[in-house]
Amino acid sequence: MTKYPVNKIILFSSVDGPGNRTVIFLQGCNFDCKYCHNPETRRLCIGCGTCVTKCPAGALQRSEENGGQVVFLPEKCVSCDTCIHICPHDASPRIRPMTAAEAFEAVKRQMPYIRGVTVSGGECTLYPDFLRELFALCKEVSLSTFIDSNGTYDFASDPELMAVTDGVMLDIKAFSGEDHLTVTACDNRQVLKNALFLAEEGKLFEVRTVIVPGLYDTEQTVLETGKLLKDYCGQVRYKIIAYRPMGVRESYSHYPVPEQALLEDYAERLREMGWRDIVII
Amino acid sequence: MRPITMERVEQTRAEILETIKSPVLTHEQKVATMANKADSLMEVLDLPEGLDELLNESIDTKCICDLNEGHAPVRPRYIIPDYAKFMREGSEFLQLDPPKDLFEALNSLLIFYKHVPSVTNFPVYVGALDELLEPFINDVDEETAKKLLRLFLIHVDRTVLDSFSHANIGPKPTKAGRLLLEVEEDLEQAVPNLTMKYDAELTDDDFALQAIKTSLRSAKPSFANHKMFSSELGEDYVIASCYNGLKLGGGSYTLCRMILSNIAKRADSLKDFQEKQLPYVMDIMARYMDARIKFEVEESGFFQNNFLAKEGFIHQDRFTAMFGMVGLAECVNILMEKEGKSGRFGHDKEADELGVAIMEQINDFNEQHVNPYCSVTGGHFLLHAQVGLSDDREVSPGTRIPIGEEPEELFEHLKHCSLFHKYFPSGTGDIFPIDTTVHKNPEFLLDIIKGSFKDNLRYLSFYSSDSDVIRITGYLVKRSEIEKLRSGVAVLQDTTALGMGAADNCRIEERKVR
Repeated sequence: MTKYPVNKIILFSSVDGPGNRTVIFLQGCNFDCKYCHNPETRRLCIGCGTCVTKCPAGALQRSEENGGQVVFLPEKCVSCDTCIHICPHDASPRIRPMTAAEAFEAVKRQMPYIRGVTVSGGECTLYPDFLRELFALCKEVSLSTFIDSNGTYDFASDPELMAVTDGVMLDIKAFSGEDHLTVTACDNRQVLKNALFLAEEGKLFEVRTVIVPGLYDTEQTVLETGKLLKDYCGQVRYKIIAYRPMGVRESYSHYPVPEQALLEDYAERLREMGWRDIVII
Repeated sequence: MRPITMERVEQTRAEILETIKSPVLTHEQKVATMANKADSLMEVLDLPEGLDELLNESIDTKCICDLNEGHAPVRPRYIIPDYAKFMREGSEFLQLDPPKDLFEALNSLLIFYKHVPSVTNFPVYVGALDELLEPFINDVDEETAKKLLRLFLIHVDRTVLDSFSHANIGPKPTKAGRLLLEVEEDLEQAVPNLTMKYDAELTDDDFALQAIKTSLRSAKPSFANHKMFSSELGEDYVIASCYNGLKLGGGSYTLCRMILSNIAKRADSLKDFQEKQLPYVMDIMARYMDARIKFEVEESGFFQNNFLAKEGFIHQDRFTAMFGMVGLAECVNILMEKEGKSGRFGHDKEADELGVAIMEQINDFNEQHVNPYCSVTGGHFLLHAQVGLSDDREVSPGTRIPIGEEPEELFEHLKHCSLFHKYFPSGTGDIFPIDTTVHKNPEFLLDIIKGSFKDNLRYLSFYSSDSDVIRITGYLVKRSEIEKLRSGVAVLQDTTALGMGAADNCRIEERKVR
């Protein structure tokens, strides 16, 4: 059985889709967002061992048998985050390799308190096999299934995944291709294609944009996204997220936090377009 | 009536004088305090041998506490009038005909409340307000209805001066219920306490979501597991006082509580606790309650003479009594230590299993004990997880995990609650302050309520960690009123003083915010 790198499981979440959900964060991302709030979820551990000697709790060890791989001992971890702060590769050694069936057991435990599961990241669509298998198991016990994605995966090409997915929360990190490159170092044609495809399928639960004044054209992004999805604005939520420097890599943490008035202004202009469900956080 | 010493009389006279001169009591609070002082001179109950040594001790050693009910109970502790009968028939004693419209209905209720006694002298139950008012709610337009409800609720808050006073709504959605929730959301008042009876099959999501929104502004309503309560007490149960499940048209004669942690302190070992100390205290407390009930029913004349009984708003045969306990957490921790074990209640499987075993033992005792005047509940008392007193020290309410030791995960906390809520048909509950800057999603809490009730939880309360009205243990107090009292001026509601004591002694402001 394939094991997948699980960075974290949040048992109860109020901010990752409808109702109360368990959230699974998978390790690894194909974007390089400058304002990434958890950069340690971006890459997989390469086993350099820098963190092993620095861990003050002795929760990290070198495995003798497994080619010197870093082994995480969760029972010793004191959550001081030293390892992720000093990791030279934007990775985390605190990864639990889990099969989809094991992840399902870790979700099912919270029933009947949760309405469903959300898989996030990193970028969880780097592991479509995991998503298909986990969601199929969730469907058997009537848990709803949501994906939190940067939109680089071609959802239209995977009807099997779509059949077991109830909703997607999609990041629109910038509207123009050029801005998107600046923010994420990646192209966004697939992202915008997905926005329309998912909306047409009735599976776009939410689009969200992190407002970082000065980094990219935030006004254009919100308004153009609003226009792009205008036909679906009665069924999709727009979440406008204020940039905050917490967790951001030092070299990128100098951006200003946007004024509340700016966020309110964007929300108001979306409302004028017909958007109803707008959340500012 | 047994004689008492002059020394005790003089002591009481000194206390009465002190009460008269108090700068922080209102006139009504002085009168109530002096009545209790006078009552404390009475010696009419047929007390069981051994009681004195368990009851009249300091707070860190006493094993039984009668929660200020007095020496000669002049009325049952909790009275649950059948307000629907009053709405149908009016009252001869109060010279009121049945109300014909919303104006008359609200006015009649306000009059009635002033004639419902209790241990606090204020009604602990003010009715299923949605059901009582729904027949009249369309008499006026919605704006006028809201205005009338607003004035009614302000009147209650300013004249029923005790937040153990409790209204119910639900489980079925009604227009009156929705309007009451909207008004309460806006008013942010401590009185009345409010419970929504919730049943996922009867309560629609919109009604429940409005209740959640209201609770995050004004710390009420709480949510009661309607399926669980109605399966134990029948459809005609109500939630009164803190969170007490009782029969409509009945009530509770008395509530006494065992302080389990102090019983554990008396024990040499776990075996001694289970075989000697706990059975000894349970037996004496049950017989003390029997004596109180016998006096109320056979001697006080209350059920023969009070208009509530004479006109059939209450019936003596619908009363029961509440067998209470506090401090299970500390009791378990003390016993674990005596056994040389380090596991703690709320965090260790063996400690939690011991907690369950102690509850099973109390439950078994209660099922064996018979009181002739509690036939409505099978001749037995109902177990009650008492919420504590403001002068309790190192004693957690009922079966709650001590504040400061709550599990990291809300899920683990709720699973722990699910081990214990089932034992208490006459009430238990857990309270969760919520960080509303994080949780802007009322459906999140609705899912938690739905899950909890499927998982055998009985009663849940939420409040926003930054709101003025907060839930102290079972009752509500305004933080701003506590601050006034702290500065040395009298405040309207008697429960503010209890809330201030609890804030000082029981760390209620340090609950883990979820």
